[in-house]
Amino acid sequence: MKFDSPATTNPIDRLKVIGQPLDRIDGPLKTTGTAPYAYERHDIVADPAYGHVIGATIAKGRITGMDLSAAERAPGVLAIVTAQNAGTLTKGNYNTAHLLGGPDIQHYHQAVALVVAESFEQARAAAHLVRIDYKAEPGSFDLHAAKGAATAPEPNDLTGPIDTHVGDFPRALAQAPVRLDETYTTPDHSHAMMEPHATLARWEDDELTVWTSNQMVAWSTGELATTLGIPPEKVRLISPYIGGGFGAKLFLRADVVLAALGARAAGRPVKVALQRPLIANNTTHRPATIQRIRLGAERDGTITAIGHESWSGDLDGGGPETAVGQTRLLYGGANRMTSMRLAVLDLPEGNAMRAPGEAPGLMALEIAMDEMAEKLGMDPVEFRIRNDTQVDPEHPERPFSARPFAQCLRLGAERFGWDRRNARPGQTRDGRWLVGLGMAAGFRNNLLMKSGARVRLDSRGIVTVETDMTDIGTGSYTILAQTAAEMMGVSMEQVRVVLGDSSFPVSAGSGGQWGAASSTAGVYAACVKLREEVARKLSFNSADAEFVDGEVRVGNRTARLQEAAADGDLVAEDSMEYGDITEKMQQSTFAGHFVEVAVDSATGETRIRRMLAICAAGRILNPKSARSQVIGAMTMGAGAALMEELVVDTRRGFFVNHDLAGYEVPVHADIPHQDVIFLDETDPMSTPMKAKGVGELGICGVGAAVANAVYNATGVRVRDYPVTLDKHLDRLPDVA
Amino acid sequence: MQRFPETGLSRRDLLAAGAVSVAAGTTGRSARAEGAPLAASANDAVAVEPTRMKVGFTVNGTVKELDVDTRTTLLDALREQLHLTGTKKGCDHGQCGACTVMVEGVRINSCLTLAVMHEGDAITTIEGLGRPGELHPMQAAFVKHDGYQCGYCTPGQICSSVAVLAEIEAGIPSHVTEDLTARPQLSAEELRERMSGNICRCGAYSNIIDAITDVSRSPA
Repeated sequence: MKFDSPATTNPIDRLKVIGQPLDRIDGPLKTTGTAPYAYERHDIVADPAYGHVIGATIAKGRITGMDLSAAERAPGVLAIVTAQNAGTLTKGNYNTAHLLGGPDIQHYHQAVALVVAESFEQARAAAHLVRIDYKAEPGSFDLHAAKGAATAPEPNDLTGPIDTHVGDFPRALAQAPVRLDETYTTPDHSHAMMEPHATLARWEDDELTVWTSNQMVAWSTGELATTLGIPPEKVRLISPYIGGGFGAKLFLRADVVLAALGARAAGRPVKVALQRPLIANNTTHRPATIQRIRLGAERDGTITAIGHESWSGDLDGGGPETAVGQTRLLYGGANRMTSMRLAVLDLPEGNAMRAPGEAPGLMALEIAMDEMAEKLGMDPVEFRIRNDTQVDPEHPERPFSARPFAQCLRLGAERFGWDRRNARPGQTRDGRWLVGLGMAAGFRNNLLMKSGARVRLDSRGIVTVETDMTDIGTGSYTILAQTAAEMMGVSMEQVRVVLGDSSFPVSAGSGGQWGAASSTAGVYAACVKLREEVARKLSFNSADAEFVDGEVRVGNRTARLQEAAADGDLVAEDSMEYGDITEKMQQSTFAGHFVEVAVDSATGETRIRRMLAICAAGRILNPKSARSQVIGAMTMGAGAALMEELVVDTRRGFFVNHDLAGYEVPVHADIPHQDVIFLDETDPMSTPMKAKGVGELGICGVGAAVANAVYNATGVRVRDYPVTLDKHLDRLPDVA
Repeated sequence: MQRFPETGLSRRDLLAAGAVSVAAGTTGRSARAEGAPLAASANDAVAVEPTRMKVGFTVNGTVKELDVDTRTTLLDALREQLHLTGTKKGCDHGQCGACTVMVEGVRINSCLTLAVMHEGDAITTIEGLGRPGELHPMQAAFVKHDGYQCGYCTPGQICSSVAVLAEIEAGIPSHVTEDLTARPQLSAEELRERMSGNICRCGAYSNIIDAITDVSRSPA
């Protein structure tokens, strides 16, 4: 099915199931520990061998020697995989560095060997007996030092244009009566999902099956085949439960390749989980940025010049962090420029992490907006609304499909008690605490991806949905069941959903907040076909058939749904794809983030007291699971604001704090009760579901809202994330 | 001083013994194993056959007799030998709390303890609290309040939640308890402090606190 004109009324609009705050259907499995993750498939493979990954201990250079002899003689060892004995491996399109390094080393903790043994303990012990000699080469590890040598990267679908110019930015800025020119920095971030990358691999003759933890089943199935040099039809990838991803599991990673190679070498199934201390350097991360923002405005707050430049780094052949993207669309202004520059760094591979581009981009832009509002003597909410736009500012012929941005901010201000904020910073005290309120805009584009599904009706009236879509905690199982239940007129109990298997129709997968809207549209398309099949089987006129309460009705004729499958299952398969509808109109999602913090006047420690997000993201398919997506993203954004930073050793080129003790993420004590309000909205330009993505919107802007609240509390502006106490302690107001 | 009943060793004795074995590991030929840095000279090291021991303990009310490599953590014994995979391995270093189980009613990180240290202990895992269709009230509250997303930290969060309510009931103070001589309050602040060893990267904290609060208020 092709979506190329705005959605009209369809069965989803009944909202009997869609739009209801239903409990997740996978809840009983997850809360009892019975949902099987990749490393836990005792039900399928009774006696796997265990692999232990060895990571390179240099950032750049060569392996000059490997002595495997002691390890090979160690008890229980079955095989040791290295680049020397693995055969030819081809790098996939989505990876920048090789997943098995050697002799050349491209980054620290690049995998260089897998030791396979009968037990986990034996594999781990033997891995410590492998001796590797390296010749290290100098590398470039410091973004600030490499910034001057950064160049314009090649544009692609992910980056969009590298530089944009509208009007005469330098002149408008020079003439503006109120100006801002500041530089902000964001550090490297680690996804730090709770389940390590893990894979169980089994060969049966030349056919490979991997049970793994991956967000994008079709991508990674293809990449695994490419890497191993085998036909894609010989690879099956199964990923029904994923213990968090946030972008870390978008692509094929070393666990999959090494498990497959280890299983081939050992002649039996092998399972591999990346050890936690390897993950930060072995896998991908969100790259650090340096961002310069220049704003010029009239005294009434109208922006006349807006410029955003971003520098980031990656391995040779990698891409930029697209931190300027939102600045092209979020605010009006006749004279504009954006620019991205990319430095070659020999750090581990940079790549997508939750809301790539917007998350760090808004961390900078929305502090700049706060600073500019203060220069103008305007309220930060009013300043943003003053510069709202209903069209793409770079291409005014393109309207937004829906843009209730001002409503988000106004409602948020009202609900949060924004009028109680003292615009003069550092003035509000609560005992030993300095108290501040901050806000920021949230913005993330709605991305849509072709997505397919198969639906089956059986003689008991059970509807089964099969798609290679994944559920990374987002609620895919539940919203796909809701979609099928609504379309087929059955209860949730009548629907089964089976996900994450490459033998199923190819879906959008989970990433870029495209999963929910795209994958439900795919199930919608398949259900439209199934409805036609059912009507035909029952000799009903399909155009008029109503599917409700387990029945099919046309006029005064009624049949039980399952009668259509009395002599065999009915199966329908289709996918939803998109015409140029997204080019004619800009589809985006919007938020207003409001945060209250308290900063200890003596120690400088920041505690978040309240958080509120107002979100506009089209129809909300399940308000319960959608709210969870938003509070989770707000939590990650709070981490980015206050604590998260991969610390670079600029001499040896690696992330020093590469585990969950050193890389601090928010814990319970850091996060207060969080409020989320969704605007009641539908977007018929998006899909027949009239929904848009919401999984990343919650992180977009929230970090700046925290930083702005800290400034309001202390009067000290920190432009270098994370806003840790050492950056403002020496300038805090005197303790009363 | 705390004594370890099965060995008669004090904690200080145990630490001293540990220090000796570490020292031996850097000079001797037999003791090098876990934790030895990769940079250490590996080619003169010789791996020894693993030491195996029998150990018996009760898991969720059922007696289990195991023959384990002495290096096996309680976590790996549960997951790999007993196939009780509800207890999760998030970090294997006691940093994340995904492996939380209850031993004799006290919550611990099962990755930081060896299976052979639990002779005779009664261990409760997530599988011992409830199962689909017969959920423990805390499991049901997590579902109702959507106190989870990816599900990987969830069993640990739930085991900790159950234990936290018991700790407060038993009058055990926490870092945020204002008055150490009074009964700790069942406040959100107390719950957040006590739950902070269980990381949820999906960020379900706000809902988890709602779930625990809901259970704490319902009649036992």
